[in-house]
Amino acid sequence: MIKKYFEKLQIALLAISSMITTVTIFLIVVFLFSYGIKFFTNSSIEKGYDIVVHESNPIQKLSPVILQQIFDQEYTFWHEVGGNQDSLEILHFEDLPNYYTEEQIGAEFELVGACITDYLSKHPNAITIIPSINIDSSFKGKIVEVASIKFTDVFTTQKWFPTSKPIALFGILPMIIGTLLVSFGAIVLALPFGIACAIYMAEIMKSRWRKYLKPTIELLAGIPSVVYGFFGLVVIVPIIKNVFQLEVGETALAGSIILAIMALPTIITITEDAIQNVPNSVREASLSLGASKWQTILYVVLPFAKNGIITATVLGIGRAIGETMAVLMVTGNSAIIPNSFLQPVRTIPATIAAELGEAPFGGTHFQALFTLGCILFLFSMGINLYVNYTSRSKN
Amino acid sequence: MSSKIEITNLNFYYGNFHALKNISFTIPENQVTAFIGPSGCGKSTLLRLFNRMNDLIEDIHLDGEIKIDGKNIYSRNTDLIQLRKNIGMVFQKPNPFSKTIFENVAYGLKVNGVKDTNEINSQVESALTKAALWDEVKDKLNKSALALSGGQQQRLCIARCLAVRPEIILMDEPASALDPISTAKIEELILELKSKYTIIIVTHNMQQASRISDKTAFFYLGELIEYGSTNQLFTAPKIERTQNYITGRFG
Repeated sequence: MIKKYFEKLQIALLAISSMITTVTIFLIVVFLFSYGIKFFTNSSIEKGYDIVVHESNPIQKLSPVILQQIFDQEYTFWHEVGGNQDSLEILHFEDLPNYYTEEQIGAEFELVGACITDYLSKHPNAITIIPSINIDSSFKGKIVEVASIKFTDVFTTQKWFPTSKPIALFGILPMIIGTLLVSFGAIVLALPFGIACAIYMAEIMKSRWRKYLKPTIELLAGIPSVVYGFFGLVVIVPIIKNVFQLEVGETALAGSIILAIMALPTIITITEDAIQNVPNSVREASLSLGASKWQTILYVVLPFAKNGIITATVLGIGRAIGETMAVLMVTGNSAIIPNSFLQPVRTIPATIAAELGEAPFGGTHFQALFTLGCILFLFSMGINLYVNYTSRSKN
Repeated sequence: MSSKIEITNLNFYYGNFHALKNISFTIPENQVTAFIGPSGCGKSTLLRLFNRMNDLIEDIHLDGEIKIDGKNIYSRNTDLIQLRKNIGMVFQKPNPFSKTIFENVAYGLKVNGVKDTNEINSQVESALTKAALWDEVKDKLNKSALALSGGQQQRLCIARCLAVRPEIILMDEPASALDPISTAKIEELILELKSKYTIIIVTHNMQQASRISDKTAFFYLGELIEYGSTNQLFTAPKIERTQNYITGRFG
């Protein structure tokens, strides 16, 4: 009787633990996406501020990218951004004390609205930023509409200036390209070595040696990624710098090499398993027809193990895409769209790790990092679904 | 009747296990020789020694001689690829490659350096015809071989080994995974092929051995117990253990 209840209790415990696991994973995903989606309700303009121009200025609406360029003084005339022929003047908010005395501005900045109204009436071509709180009865001017961040913006904007003021830019294209470039490079480097090693282990090596080699390779997967990063920074980065005569060795190539080393154990183990699973009789059939060992491997064994090799590749890519620490340490982390493997890049996980600490909690920048997390999650999920799909179609 | 394979004082070991014990006999040319015996008696092991397929296994050891056409195949200067090209093998379970029907048959030619497309095409057709499969597959040569039925797959495997024009065909229980109709077709095929090929077949099926073979060898625990013409061995075995086995009293 007691035994029966004890058994029921055990089953209940099993059920509870699996439920806790599932719910936890689900909650994490919900948490990630709730912040990630909230990002798109924000405006690129600093919270609590507005962009204003003189009432006579025909400009109604400006995109975040153009605004950012305006405040970077990349334009001299309004017509360049869709306005009239007048020249474009910028009043930086922090320069206000240069034009007005402290009494005019007010001890608590309560008179800023009047000051800016005055400035705009004297400089009708000016554009400036004003704290929303100062838009009161004393203020006369036109508030320029700044579109809230659109889903397409983040993929088309090529600049990532999450902390620039007054306009921040959240173009994640450089990070996506950086991530894909580094991962692609890693897989291109890792695949030939990985498959060659797996073939050697499965087909040629004596089993008494394989017994030692396989655990050794699996051990590679257990080395902490920060150690790989350290190794890359101290060894690979200087080598790249010297070989290619670069000013800095922290490049996409360095990231790819480190990721390739890190993805190798996955690729080797899975490919080796796939080759081991090829029925011996298929190998023997090929040999009995007078094929050499190499012909047998190339034309019979590898095609038979194709699905396993694809799985290994995709899982290797998955490992590479999500890797953070090692990549952060060796890729240089500049958020620009790279032209070659010899330029610094910044990957999505490295961006999150590097910037989350300095982003104000709950702010636009903070949420933008969660959006990056969502994109990374979708990448990995796509990869996992693909692996599931191919391994199922095999059966 | 000239002999094709001569086995002299053959001993074979897997590690410390003595799998074949002091075996000597000769296998005649252009006849069907059946190896029978209970599981683990060494008949498949012996079959796989003829094309040195056991070389793939680690830690094996062989004493004695196996001569094919008078040449010891275990001598140091044996060309393994030439040897295997000359000896076709058909396995217990049909094991076509995951390629098209055409590619399966053409594979042996291609790995042996035949490049001429016309030559390959005609060889594939002739091999499939000899294996009595041509009419069934001539319209779907570019379909996957894995889509064929088990019996068709096994005949494809026979065609595959015929394409490289061997002199000897080794068959390791070729019909054990097939239904009776497919088995009958395979047996018919073996009888047709024996005029041109020396066929050695391992089988667990007594009736099959008596139906298709000219000579039969009975193995037990690694020893050759009795060897002789099939007719004599099945009707008047000289040794009591053979008698017991073929009448089903053990094994």
